[in-house]
Amino acid sequence: MRTTQRRKIEPARVIIGAVLLLVGLICLLPLIHIVAMSMSSSTAISTDTILLWPKDFTLAAYKYSLSGGGFVNALLVSVERTILSCTLTLLLNVLAAYPLSRSKEEFPARTFYSWMYVITMFVSGGLVPTYMVIYETGLMNTIWALVLPGCASAFNALLILNFFRSLPKELGEAAAIDGAGHWRTLFSIYVPLSVTILATTTLFNFVGAWNAWFDGMIYMNDSANYPLQTYLQSLVVDTNTYFLYSGSIENIEMLNDSNIKAAQVVLTSIPIIALYPFLQKYFTKGITVGSVKG
Amino acid sequence: MRNVALQVKKEGRGKLRSRGQGALHLMLLPSVLLLLIFSYAPMLGLVMAFQNFVPAKGFFGSDWVAWANFEYVFNLPGLWSAIGNTLVISLSKIILGQVLAILLALMLNEMRKNAFTKSIQTVIYLPHFLSWVIVGGIFLDVLSYDGVVNQILQALGKEPIYFMGNASIFPAVVVGTHLWKEVGFATIIYLAALTNVDPGLYESAAMDGASRFRRIWHISLPAILPIIILVSVLNIGTVLDGGFEQILIMYNPMVYSTGDIIDTYIYRIGIEQTQYSIAAAVGIAKSAVSLLLVSSSYYAAHRFAGYRIF
Repeated sequence: MRTTQRRKIEPARVIIGAVLLLVGLICLLPLIHIVAMSMSSSTAISTDTILLWPKDFTLAAYKYSLSGGGFVNALLVSVERTILSCTLTLLLNVLAAYPLSRSKEEFPARTFYSWMYVITMFVSGGLVPTYMVIYETGLMNTIWALVLPGCASAFNALLILNFFRSLPKELGEAAAIDGAGHWRTLFSIYVPLSVTILATTTLFNFVGAWNAWFDGMIYMNDSANYPLQTYLQSLVVDTNTYFLYSGSIENIEMLNDSNIKAAQVVLTSIPIIALYPFLQKYFTKGITVGSVKG
Repeated sequence: MRNVALQVKKEGRGKLRSRGQGALHLMLLPSVLLLLIFSYAPMLGLVMAFQNFVPAKGFFGSDWVAWANFEYVFNLPGLWSAIGNTLVISLSKIILGQVLAILLALMLNEMRKNAFTKSIQTVIYLPHFLSWVIVGGIFLDVLSYDGVVNQILQALGKEPIYFMGNASIFPAVVVGTHLWKEVGFATIIYLAALTNVDPGLYESAAMDGASRFRRIWHISLPAILPIIILVSVLNIGTVLDGGFEQILIMYNPMVYSTGDIIDTYIYRIGIEQTQYSIAAAVGIAKSAVSLLLVSSSYYAAHRFAGYRIF
């Protein structure tokens, strides 16, 4: 803004621009490389150096990954856990945020419940006791071990309740005088007015649920129940014990572990990349509002 | 509904406020149940650190051993090595991460807000949203012994480097890949503070003949100083973390001597070797120190930077 009237080229800006370009390339090049790997044939990968452009172009690794087996199975688990997580988290946090957003006079127990939430932000039982709870409740090896522990989140509830508080009080009071109970006030007045914040928190939860892998690794005994990220982690880490490609011999010059792994990394990132324009917008806003006060 | 309306009319607005307490409790019920099961039960479960916990006997049947687990585990060399590694890795991440993010934000602030600057921002924020499985998968491939980086090194006539298997290089790989993933995103908070600076300040400084460097030093840097203090202070609470998910994906037994951190140590003892009580003891000790660090840093943030989380 401040220098738009002067349009001459400044050497300092050129240098800064060059440095920024370099930083941008450092961020981008590994991503482009992995895409190039995923689209190169196994012969090209083992005999040649793949840089940023596929050699001996083929989509065989994608076709192989999506044709069934472990990857598709894990994809379905991931879709299921993400949908369940997002829906339940949204519902539970909307339900919790409404009473927590009431004034102390209107809901005296509010302070008690707020503390219940706040404490969980600072103290946690840690890995092993949480693992024992999942074990003792019989959730081991079920999708609920991935969904339920994260549903009641202080962070989400806080965001929604702050928004509810910013809505004019008169709305709720007018509804009450017209005879609406709390349930009706919440769902026919508060929720429709809060679509933006609810979409934002759901976006956060989507990324969290889609990207989670560690819970799948410790709570799922059977690798058939692995969500996508856990499945991918087991391939990435156990390079020696897994042989991804065990298909027919005529495909051997097209497919190997390298391009299949690369293709699965790319496929797993697609939902995040697709949502990225929204993520950039709302995360940026969220950080700004949350941290910089004035 | 009609009854409530009648009641409200009869009793006036004063009573309006205390009506429907049951509904409010009911709305909180599912969340409270989940908090009790998945947050509070594990907190109580921490008593296992003072037991010789056997799952078959449960919390009530297992033998009490007082501080024996702590004495045992804090005499193991592996734990002290993990504590040292954690400090080296997390302090490098915190310091380098913050310095680079501040430099990047200052540089971005010097650029015009055009398509070039916006594209750079778009690209450098992106890695933050990818999971460590994806990022780890990419770098395990790129930095592997026959990966693209070593292929380039060999083409240049250099010896290939065993990035993932050499214990003296591994911490640098961990810190480097962390910076790759998070530095860009960390600029957002500084950029937000910089947009609040009055453009007139820069103009009058330029008018008075201040160089670009002096303008950055005397205007931009003071503008983000409170945020720098704030972020530093908040980072203190994470000194014992070091990046569990990242290291669990990237390390291997060859680099345990420099790459094993407290959290991965707890994981291996607790989940892989099923020594639940020992792992819980380390977990308690770590949480206690972290909580102390978090609360004293929040206090410091409040005291010196006027920042409050609530």
